[in-house]
Amino acid sequence: MLNIALPKGRLGEKVYAMFEAAGYECPSIKENNRKLIFENTQKQVRYFWVKPSDVSIYVERGAADIGVAGKDILLEYEPNIYELLDLDLGKCRMAVAAPKSFHDDGMRTLRVATKFTNIAARYYAGLGREIDIIKLNGSIEIAPILGLSDVIVDIVETGTTLKENNLEVIAEILPISARLIANKASFKFKSAEIENIMRSMKEQVSKK
Amino acid sequence: MIDMLKSEERAIFSLRALYRKYGYLPFKMSKFEEYELYIRNKDFLVSDRIITFNDTNGKLLALKPDVTLSIIKQGEDEAGVKQKVYYNENVYRVSDSTQHYKEIMQAGLECVGDIDLYDIYEVLSLAAQSLELISDKFLLEISHLGIVSSILDEVCDDEVFRKQAILYIAEKNAHDLAALCRNHGIADTGIAKLTALITTYGERSHVIAALDGICTTPEARGALDELKALSTLLDQTDYGDRVIFDFSVVNDMSYYNGIVFKGFLDGICDGILAGGQYDKMMRRMGRRAGAIGFALYLDLLEQLHSSSEGYDVDVLLLYDQSTSLQTLNSTVNQLISEGKRVSAQKAAPQKLRYRQCVDIRKETASC
Repeated sequence: MLNIALPKGRLGEKVYAMFEAAGYECPSIKENNRKLIFENTQKQVRYFWVKPSDVSIYVERGAADIGVAGKDILLEYEPNIYELLDLDLGKCRMAVAAPKSFHDDGMRTLRVATKFTNIAARYYAGLGREIDIIKLNGSIEIAPILGLSDVIVDIVETGTTLKENNLEVIAEILPISARLIANKASFKFKSAEIENIMRSMKEQVSKK
Repeated sequence: MIDMLKSEERAIFSLRALYRKYGYLPFKMSKFEEYELYIRNKDFLVSDRIITFNDTNGKLLALKPDVTLSIIKQGEDEAGVKQKVYYNENVYRVSDSTQHYKEIMQAGLECVGDIDLYDIYEVLSLAAQSLELISDKFLLEISHLGIVSSILDEVCDDEVFRKQAILYIAEKNAHDLAALCRNHGIADTGIAKLTALITTYGERSHVIAALDGICTTPEARGALDELKALSTLLDQTDYGDRVIFDFSVVNDMSYYNGIVFKGFLDGICDGILAGGQYDKMMRRMGRRAGAIGFALYLDLLEQLHSSSEGYDVDVLLLYDQSTSLQTLNSTVNQLISEGKRVSAQKAAPQKLRYRQCVDIRKETASC
């Protein structure tokens, strides 16, 4: 039985469609109910919906053999897993944003509000810039408006939320997309099934 | 009696017997080591967070987080001679998940001295046999850092590139590695070689055939020849089908060189065995000799067995003050002679799981 962790939400639904196209369908997943685990014994596959930021934990700990996680989560938590494929889905960018009037004169410690403390710390360490990290769990955009921080480091998709809060991207850190990941031990013992899925998904990505 | 031992304890018994057969001698060491030894070689350790304390003379000591450094420290170089030792020791490290210190039961062996290809094979073979002793559903994956290193040297000598590329190789992350290469202006032929390195793994003869085309430098050819020779020897074993080549095993190249390997058991989510050749570490410690060894993380064996045995005892034997000592003793002995596990109690303990209740109290009440 191959255990697959899917990220809840729209991305998860798109990703499931890719697994389905790879021949690992599980019709019960489309039933409108509140179940979180779905199994197709004939195809020897079990799917479960988990919080997107938890997918890598399920995979790293072996509760899931494979899963799909955003590159942002992989960079932030650095799980010990294989990153097998860029699925070219859920594309966005990790960026630094600040109020339109902001000017960094480099004279004082930069206050950075973010959910992604490790990514922010690594980025500014690379620039040699001293920062004070303020860890927030949501509504990051209001931190500079209320004077809690100078800038934010966050995921930017369309930029609409930034615009509506009078913020703008001042630096791009890196592009983000969804990745197919695998538990290292599962990859050894279920290599045929995982490689099969990987091959099909690769084809689907290249046909896009 | 063997059934009563925990899986780690059972493993230690059989591993000791295996290592002794190949002439490995037990290596016993103190729980403490001078802190300086670790601070000088902290990158060699899995974690540099070490439990320290002052000895009565003021010297800073550590609860050992590693065994290999203590073994290297004590040996001497002698031409043609090898020190072959095995150990099972507790080491003290910070757990990745809890970020608290944890006692880890480790077993392993080291072959230190004038080592040659036979010694490398012997250690690989013992690694595979160690895994097989625990479960026949195992896989030992072998990489050769000589190949990884020479292909990286060939495509780009930039240290920043190299560091990041190694991380991607360890993740089997061909897409980000290709992007990194393009950012560094590496030609398509170089990208193709690195991609082949990541995507070529598995059955040994298949990997050897695929590597033939990409190992073009003398260093890479030499390393490939070593893999071929080891593979031929492994072909002659009955566990050879479970030993594969995989270049995503990339231990720290400032300490390790040559053959590195990792072992997995079906049912355990992480590698349970890790090892390799660490001649570079020996140089750092002022030794001329070579060395190879491995460690087995026996604490991970807990994951193989669920604690779902239905009952703590077979019989809960209830007695009271009026029960004669003679009757109680003979009933216990009778049940034990029938092969049952018995717990004699005056009242049923709340959490005790028992298969059957035998009540020898005078006024019998139901269990």
